[in-house]
Amino acid sequence: MNLGYYPGCSLHGSSDDYQQSLKACFDALGVSLKELDDWICCGATAAHTLNRKLSIALPARNLALASQQGCEELVAPCSMCSMQLKKAQKAMAKDAALAEEMGRIVEAQPNDTHVLNLLQAFDRVGLETIKAAVKEPLKDLKVACYYGCLLTRPPEVVGFDDCEQPVSMDKVVEALGATAVAWNYKTECCGAGMTLASEETVLDLSHKILADAAAHGAQCIAVACPMCNVNLDMKQSVIEARYGVKYGMTIYYLCDLVGLALGLTPKTLGINRHFVARKA
Amino acid sequence: MARIGVFVCWCGENISRTVDVDRVVQEVAKLPGVRCAINYRYMCSDPGQTMIRERIALEKLDGVVVASCSPHMHLRTFRKAAQTAGLNPYMLEIANIREHCSWVHPDRDEATAKAIDLIRLAVAKVKNNHPLEPIKVPVTRRALVVGGGVAGIQAALDIADAGYEVVMVEREPSIGGKMAGLSETFPTLDCSQCILTPRMVDVGQHPRIKLYTYSEVEAVDGFVGNFKITIRQKARYVDVTRCTGCGECSSACPLKKNKSEFDLGMGTRSAIYMPFPQAVPARPVIDKNVCAKLTRNKCGVCAKKCAAGAINYEDEDKLVKEKVGAVVLATGFKLYDIGKKDGKIAGYGEYGYGKYKDVIDSLQFERLVSASGPTNGEIKRPSDGKTPKNVVFISCVGSRDNAKGLPYCSKICCMYTAKHTMLYKHKVHDGQAHVFYMDIRSAGKNYDEFVRRAIEQDGAMYYRGRVSKITEQNGKLIVRGADTLAGVPVTIEADLVVLAAAMRPADGVTELAQKLNVGYDEFGFLLESHPKLRPVETNTAGVYICGAAQAPKDIPESVAQASAAASKVQITLAASKLTRSPEIARINEKTCAACFRCYETCPYHAIEKAEVRTRKGVLVKRTARVNVGLCMGCGTCVSACLSKSADIEGFTEQEIYAMVESLI
Repeated sequence: MNLGYYPGCSLHGSSDDYQQSLKACFDALGVSLKELDDWICCGATAAHTLNRKLSIALPARNLALASQQGCEELVAPCSMCSMQLKKAQKAMAKDAALAEEMGRIVEAQPNDTHVLNLLQAFDRVGLETIKAAVKEPLKDLKVACYYGCLLTRPPEVVGFDDCEQPVSMDKVVEALGATAVAWNYKTECCGAGMTLASEETVLDLSHKILADAAAHGAQCIAVACPMCNVNLDMKQSVIEARYGVKYGMTIYYLCDLVGLALGLTPKTLGINRHFVARKA
Repeated sequence: MARIGVFVCWCGENISRTVDVDRVVQEVAKLPGVRCAINYRYMCSDPGQTMIRERIALEKLDGVVVASCSPHMHLRTFRKAAQTAGLNPYMLEIANIREHCSWVHPDRDEATAKAIDLIRLAVAKVKNNHPLEPIKVPVTRRALVVGGGVAGIQAALDIADAGYEVVMVEREPSIGGKMAGLSETFPTLDCSQCILTPRMVDVGQHPRIKLYTYSEVEAVDGFVGNFKITIRQKARYVDVTRCTGCGECSSACPLKKNKSEFDLGMGTRSAIYMPFPQAVPARPVIDKNVCAKLTRNKCGVCAKKCAAGAINYEDEDKLVKEKVGAVVLATGFKLYDIGKKDGKIAGYGEYGYGKYKDVIDSLQFERLVSASGPTNGEIKRPSDGKTPKNVVFISCVGSRDNAKGLPYCSKICCMYTAKHTMLYKHKVHDGQAHVFYMDIRSAGKNYDEFVRRAIEQDGAMYYRGRVSKITEQNGKLIVRGADTLAGVPVTIEADLVVLAAAMRPADGVTELAQKLNVGYDEFGFLLESHPKLRPVETNTAGVYICGAAQAPKDIPESVAQASAAASKVQITLAASKLTRSPEIARINEKTCAACFRCYETCPYHAIEKAEVRTRKGVLVKRTARVNVGLCMGCGTCVSACLSKSADIEGFTEQEIYAMVESLI
């Protein structure tokens, strides 16, 4: 299977470990990822808070590139990137004049490339394929599947899974032989980029997520978004110090867990580069 | 030679301001066949009508054109006037020179010219008209009421008390509907069962009401005055004529742990059961999906216990036929199945309904507070039977939500939620009720006072805002929401959460509506003929609607509407024969090629496949034939007919061509 790959700024920067894991995992699944040539920023939070046209033009440029490079399915592992790409697509599909204007601005016509976030990418590979490829089932591992805010929202843009009670990640985790625990904070906000403006907010929100996962018996948390990983993994020691608790909760990208079950080493997957040491 | 009279109305100044009525009269008087042309200030007034009547007699007119307002306004008035003067009413036509001319054109010369053209058209048509006689159809003086809730009960009793026979069909084992399961009712807090069950008994014992419970309408044939209804009586496995309702069978039944439909899953019942003790008829039914005898051929205890020998394991569905003249649809509502995918809506996973035992819907809460409920009216939460000390009520779950619910207001939730907080406080004195609402809609007699009482006397806390998430922690439901008036987020540790789910039409109502050719809206609520002036009629003659099947409404409104529907039924049944407009389709059987395109296209199923035979019974030809009782005169068959055999009386192709020609 060949899929296009849009890394976005995170996977080429702060979340390079995510890229390492993703590539190793998909390679093991027999999926080749072809990185989009000459991609630019998706606009993220900055663009759509400042200028609506810019927030559509930036993803439109990337979609146009995908179209020019013959890419029909594009994996955007960062949930913000995938959401922005889809949002732009939807806005242009609804408004022909806008689509035409965007075509002029980016000097190419974006087409209907199918954009996939990480959950959708695994869905595309297929649960059965994943199940069949498992070599070392993650028996006895209790995972809290954390979707965060953007993997399933806004529902009218993402159009995948139930936005309030999602199960798609749980299904992948179960396919690996692990147990997905029932818990409360599946879709709560981790604070995301608020860390720059108000670190306290991030610490408070992420602390609640860690606490609830721990209270429901999770040994680790699976994420599918670079920002969630940053807040739960990198900030975990700060949270522990601030609230006087000790979680030591391993934070995995979902592809880490798939990779481990496929028999890849933690080092191949870059798990050794995480802040909280792997214990389970 | 035709003798046509033209009467031009000024409509005060409505017409004469823009149309030069004197010139109109001068011009149209010159049209061939026009004997007289007159204008007058108010043609619809008594002197105006008298003028028309006198002229018809004086000039021996055989056709009349009134140039005035829209025919919707006064066609009937003028036709009646013509009829009193001895002219067939269908020989009078209206030229609409007000809505179609004077009101919409500013230029006097152009408007006058157009008025003359419109009259020329009408004169051409009336010359080609021929007298028509109203159609008489016989009436079966009985009514069918579908649905045995409070609306159906009211309608059935009203019709039966007026002296007509009523056939009532209810699909549940007992009549009573949703109201039978309610606790106390707003705004008076009188006990729902105490006011309803006597009415149920009245229905059960009424000499003129024939009750079919555990039955559904299978098929409908015929037309106003002459409906033929096929009713499916579902196998009950109990002979209701032999059964005495003693209850020995359900006491003896070993399979007692089945979820009770009447208690909405909050209580249990046996495999042979009466839905509730006050059921009408007080006869049990066997749940064939559960009963050990019917599923595995083991047990048979109920038959052994039954002294009357009423148990019949061999029972099968039966089809019975009933003839009626009118139909009342009172099929009621259901609550939106929160979180389940239902057409376009599938929202509210955030409330955890179905996931957390102590998140229930409003009808379930009614059972919890009802004296006849699974807890005998003690408020105990489903998970552990403890008395909840903090209860959160969330209104508009599914209502008024374009994003993930339904756009309409379910109308009764504000009131029953206020009632719930009061009933709760009256039973749990140290408890606290919290309500999250969008707006409080309490229009109605003594309604707003009632809500104020809930807040001011019974201390319910009202938060204007929505709940974003409900989670469970240490046996508590953590309800997080917003108080938008205070501008702060609110978190409540609740023991029980009650969701006021949106009202939706009952299951299967659209299929039933299709059988009767009754319209329904995008949500499945039955469509009235006119939202203001014909609120209980449908566009199918002889079929009436009432209660929550038409739109969300409370008990007083449902009852009022049911009585309205009943009175309309009585009007229909009062005549021994029904008069219908003759302006309907006719088919020339000589030229009909029997292709039956009309049969396929007729939206009212008014075309029949007929055979023409000689006196000796030899088949001459097959032909389409119009059922005069059913035809609504829409003309679809005319456009579908390939051999030009179909036509609409009073609007024939000949008449229309004559009108067109008069303009060329």
